Amino acid sequence: MTDSILDARDLTRDFMVGGSLFKAPKRLRAVDGVSLSVQAGETLAVVGESGCGKSTLARMLMRLDRPTSGEMLFERQQIDQIEGHALTALRRDMQFIFQDPFSSLNPRMSVGGLVGEPIETHMPELSAKERRAKVGTLLAQVGLRPEHADRYPHEFSGGQRQRIGIARALASGPKLIIGDEPVSALDVSVQAQVINLLADLRDELGLTLIIIAHDLAVIRHMSDRVAVMYLGRIVEEGETRQIFENPRHPYTMALLSAIPIPEYGRSRNTIALTGEMPSPMAPPKGCNFNTRCPFAREACHIDAPDLRDAGSGRGHRAACHFTEEIAQQASVTTNVASNPRSDGARDRFALYADAIAGRTRIRPQTTPTKHQEERPVERAATPSHKETLT
Amino acid sequence: MTTLSTSGPLLDVRAISLRFGKSDTNLLQGVRYSVDAGETLCIVGESGCGKSVSSLAIMGLLPAGAVTIDEADVQFRGVPLDLHDTKAMRRFRGSDIAMIFQEPMSSLNPAFRIGNQIAEAVTAHNDVTEAEADARAIEMLRRVGIPAPEQRMREYPHQLSGGMRQRVMIAMALANDPALLIADEPTTALDVTIQAQILDLIRNLQRDSGMGTIMITHDLGVVAEIADKVAVMYAGIIVEAGPAERIFNDPQHPYTIGLMSSMPKMTGPSERLSTVPGTVPTIETMPKGCRFSTRCPFAQPICATPPSEQDFGQGHRVLCHFAPLNEKLERVQ
Ligand SMILES: Nc1ncnc2c1ncn2[C@@H]1O[C@H](COP(=O)(O)OP(=O)(O)OP(=O)(O)O)[C@@H](O)[C@H]1O
Ligand SMILES: Nc1ncnc2c1ncn2[C@@H]1O[C@H](COP(=O)(O)OP(=O)(O)OP(=O)(O)O)[C@@H](O)[C@H]1O
Ligand code: SF4
Ligand SMILES: [Mg+2]
Ligand SMILES: [Mg+2]
Repeated sequence: MTDSILDARDLTRDFMVGGSLFKAPKRLRAVDGVSLSVQAGETLAVVGESGCGKSTLARMLMRLDRPTSGEMLFERQQIDQIEGHALTALRRDMQFIFQDPFSSLNPRMSVGGLVGEPIETHMPELSAKERRAKVGTLLAQVGLRPEHADRYPHEFSGGQRQRIGIARALASGPKLIIGDEPVSALDVSVQAQVINLLADLRDELGLTLIIIAHDLAVIRHMSDRVAVMYLGRIVEEGETRQIFENPRHPYTMALLSAIPIPEYGRSRNTIALTGEMPSPMAPPKGCNFNTRCPFAREACHIDAPDLRDAGSGRGHRAACHFTEEIAQQASVTTNVASNPRSDGARDRFALYADAIAGRTRIRPQTTPTKHQEERPVERAATPSHKETLT
Repeated sequence: MTTLSTSGPLLDVRAISLRFGKSDTNLLQGVRYSVDAGETLCIVGESGCGKSVSSLAIMGLLPAGAVTIDEADVQFRGVPLDLHDTKAMRRFRGSDIAMIFQEPMSSLNPAFRIGNQIAEAVTAHNDVTEAEADARAIEMLRRVGIPAPEQRMREYPHQLSGGMRQRVMIAMALANDPALLIADEPTTALDVTIQAQILDLIRNLQRDSGMGTIMITHDLGVVAEIADKVAVMYAGIIVEAGPAERIFNDPQHPYTIGLMSSMPKMTGPSERLSTVPGTVPTIETMPKGCRFSTRCPFAQPICATPPSEQDFGQGHRVLCHFAPLNEKLERVQ
């Protein structure tokens, strides 16, 4: 691990909650001893149950929040306690993309102002004219036009606003970007544009990315490595392929089995997680997954398993006492595509792919086929049209 | 709360057309869909196409001054809804028709404990004691998978994670056993195991009480899982609608095909994602003919005129001059 850009050691974050005049607050451990090492230029995905501490971890890594205990190093400099100038300098190298493109941009600032602001902070030496030129370049880089600088966020669609957020994150010339669900709010076609954009920027600028996401297809597509979290801890980590093809922790297996497949009529073989969902205010003794693990045994209620080598090489680690055994016994059903599409639909998809790639030109059919005689009746689309629709 | 008329759809949106501000172009144009009791309709479509606006219109929640409703033929259980009559609409809200809003943070009051907010939704529509309402709140929080609900109900929204806030919204919407649930992106902030649990909860309510559901989501995996019918929306128009099986296995509209081509795959190597190139036109630059024509790889001169609807049977209808594309178009060799 010589070229790691960000290292976290034993990070913990506690919140005190539920206190009142008559009741002492309880301690809620949102992040519980997380260690991570992020390599320069890689994309690390963090996935896990809702409420398991992903955002809290991301906020600490960004130093938007301070760990209760633990250490963090950015390019081997200690950053967990820095303040003032040192923190401003760190912000230049590390930027955040928020989940919500709607509320994360100040509605009263023009796009030029929004993207120019971090440039002003981090590169005060630039003249207003130079700054404007840089804003233009950044907007072009994220697929917007320089003249968009004069418009305001509400004039843009969700995907475009997310691009503005990315331009803003890129403005200071960061080395590392952390995205907390950066594409969750976007529909699939816009999401695809933003994913391609992030991949291009990573390749062009050599960026390191940490992406928090729930969509496992997105994670599989974007990331080099995956860390799986459960109740404040990392329970499995490894290369993306290892995680998806050879999951070694029962929680990861359950997660993979629960992915909804976008094909009609597909039945899944979900590993049901039964049992009470534990509260981070009273985590179970032993392995913190034991209340819901279908494989839990006595040992799981006594000792907490450490993150250890999962036996499939190259940094693949899992925190489960019985990982070897479980991996053998539980064959995770890999979803093999069945492709139930009609022949006509397959033709249409091929036509679409060729047309947008510019591989073919299209014109209206000149020689009518016999199908066309059986064409459905065309009707005027009058809105008052009565018919049980959809 | 679930006295259902036996025939006809639960909610029948026959036409909604509306515009904002001084614009003379309709943002929603002739939007039309229906849901039966016990049925799920999923609405998918590009960010900004009007999915939320159409459901807010049905709930009577659009800002009266900002919107001009040109056409609103909507029936709930066979009775016309007057979308202008905000008072009458308020009666339906929260009991007969419940909505899960897209932004949990803006629809939860930051100053009140979450348990009180759910309990208040219960007392507003039912004659129950405070203790009964609290008990109901706890039960609902448990059903949406919030651990230690007795403690958690005493917390404020900012103390919860994004996905927990979303589940509080779901608990609140379902607390009164609504006849119709409109859920706007209810599971985007949830991991897949909890998402599966929420979908099960909705399915159970549909089975037990005949609840009808309109689900707005961009997760096509969720759509495949839960939808009976799908409506695909682009720039304020339903461009394709039909039984879920048809939309997945036999999609016709170029936008539907583009949308489905953009999904990252769970099998095979990760190639660069296919997209729908370009961006959606603004209301000022909306093309007069087919609204998709500025981005459609198949657009022809005739697409400058509005396409008429084609009916493929079983309620599968498509708004495109060239459906089916593989028969009406050919490659130039
Ligand atoms: N300011 C806070 N005060 C009290 N508790 C908090 C605070 N912020 C987070 N928590 C708690 O810490 C835990 C982890 O929250 P976090 O937001 O990190 O989860 P997450 O993994 O990002 O979840 P999601 O996927 O739902 O966004 C949760 O139990 C949450 O309630
Ligand atoms: N009060 C308003 N005044 C003017 N325009 C509005 C208003 N509310 C919404 N719009 C516009 O209506 C369009 C449709 O918005 P809507 O929120 O319905 O999109 P959506 O399909 O739900 O998108 P997303 O998937 O991003 O949630 C947008 O272009 C939006 O800017
Ligand atoms: S009508 Fe024309 S522009 Fe519109 S979707 Fe069909 S082919 Fe494309
Ligand atoms: Mg979060
Ligand atoms: Mg919306």
